[in-house]
Amino acid sequence: MNAVETVSLTKFYGKARGVSDVNLTVAEGDLFGFIGPNGAGKSTTIRILTGLISQTSGTAKIFGKDAGKPDTLADIGYMPSETNFYHGMKVREVIKYSAKLRKLDCTKESTRLCERLELDVNKKISELSLGNRKKVSIVCALQHKPRLCILDEPTSGLDPLMQREFYVILEERNAEGTTIFLSSHILSEIQKYCKRAAVIREGRLLVCDKVDNLVHTNAKKVTLSGISEPPKIDGIGNVEIDGDTVKFLYGGEPRTLLNTLGNLPITDINITEPDLEEIFMHYYKEDNCDNS
Amino acid sequence: MTILKHEIRQGRNSLIIWTAVIAFMLGVCILIYPEMSKQMDGISEAFANMGGFSAAFGMDKINFGEFIGFFGVECGNVLGLGGAFYAALTGISALSKEEREHTAEFLLTHPISRQNVVAQKLVSVILQIIILNAAAVGITSLSSLIIGETPDIKPIMLMFAAYLIMQIETAAICFGISAFIGRGGLGLGLGLAAAFYFMNIVANLTESSAFLKYITPFGYTDSADIIADGHIEFKYLVVGLVITVIGICAAFWKYQRKDIS
Repeated sequence: MNAVETVSLTKFYGKARGVSDVNLTVAEGDLFGFIGPNGAGKSTTIRILTGLISQTSGTAKIFGKDAGKPDTLADIGYMPSETNFYHGMKVREVIKYSAKLRKLDCTKESTRLCERLELDVNKKISELSLGNRKKVSIVCALQHKPRLCILDEPTSGLDPLMQREFYVILEERNAEGTTIFLSSHILSEIQKYCKRAAVIREGRLLVCDKVDNLVHTNAKKVTLSGISEPPKIDGIGNVEIDGDTVKFLYGGEPRTLLNTLGNLPITDINITEPDLEEIFMHYYKEDNCDNS
Repeated sequence: MTILKHEIRQGRNSLIIWTAVIAFMLGVCILIYPEMSKQMDGISEAFANMGGFSAAFGMDKINFGEFIGFFGVECGNVLGLGGAFYAALTGISALSKEEREHTAEFLLTHPISRQNVVAQKLVSVILQIIILNAAAVGITSLSSLIIGETPDIKPIMLMFAAYLIMQIETAAICFGISAFIGRGGLGLGLGLAAAFYFMNIVANLTESSAFLKYITPFGYTDSADIIADGHIEFKYLVVGLVITVIGICAAFWKYQRKDIS
């Protein structure tokens, strides 16, 4: 069964574009990364999935049920990108209120999570730093052991140690069968932890695939020293020139590249898999060219 | 029930402060009455003969020298205006504060229908208004006992009922508005309550603006009419109840469809 499934999902805010024609499928048990620059439509998609806004057209389903309905929300743990709670409440009270709104007693799990995240439950929300408020949000999203976690830019504001602990918790949950859907613009995070990922840009889904497939495209990242301009062959993109070093992505036949390189005064050569960041930029720029 | 309890707790300080201030002023007004009534002989007539000014506050129709008349005018201003401000503030912030403070993302992503959220918040608003008015009734009874006045129960209770309904109507109108606006609105709520109050004064002044009594919830709270007629003015009350229902329905209708962004 699919945890998330959207068909032709479109949202306009008046005339302003939110997302258009998004077809997104996340299988149950996946650890899914949703990538895109700010304003690309990540949060719009997530807000539709959590029922905060309703779509202009298309459908959004969570475990086969319409998104946003109370019985659908019962399956979801949601962590918003901007974390705010009620003034004057203590951390413990907010976490308890969240559990009560679900008509559940999650004391055991919330205590465990607070200990792991080193969160002081006796502090008032107003005394907390951004990172600590994020932790409260994490506990509220995870304490009821939901089937699906929707996390909107979850790690911004967390220190690196906490980020690691957070992903350890996510991976444990994922191993227990929880589907994780997280948005981020930090690609290294997605590459490191996610199984599958989708790239969204200007409201449209550009690509959706396994992270391994995205990274292991036939494109290679080539770095050459000793020359000041790239070889003149087809399949070269994302060229960067820095003095006598040339970097580019190469998507053509390896033999063609090697044959051409043989005739060039190269002093050093490095051919690697490109990381997700570069592929992301690749999609980004490719689309730019299409538009112009 | 969870949201209701939460709302009451969140509004507790505000409720305590408004109740304390209104109860204190009511109590003071009643306790100084014996002192004032001694000096009232003659003044009462003067009050009744100040033309437009007397009419504006209904003093031409009631005897300011009697406790019930004095109470009607004083109570009308303290509990009427104070209660209306409190009702407007509580009503207008009930739904919009979640967006203003960005807690809507937290609350509305829990498995609770929007209607349920609206219903519990509405009940919390009405409950808080009832608590404030109950305290007003309590302090009035106590203060009256202290000064040894035993006024007619019926007109006094009718006055309290009218003020309560007026506050609930004001809150319902603001509650409806609350569903439409994203943030802010406190100024709008206070302004609306003040506008209603002055509308009633204007309506008392001239025949040509008497129609305003249909619009303002203060129309049916005029203690002069209640004491003189022995009942709340039915035609104004019906319009008020209809507006109350419209405000509440608008809140349910809008909040169900609202995009939270």
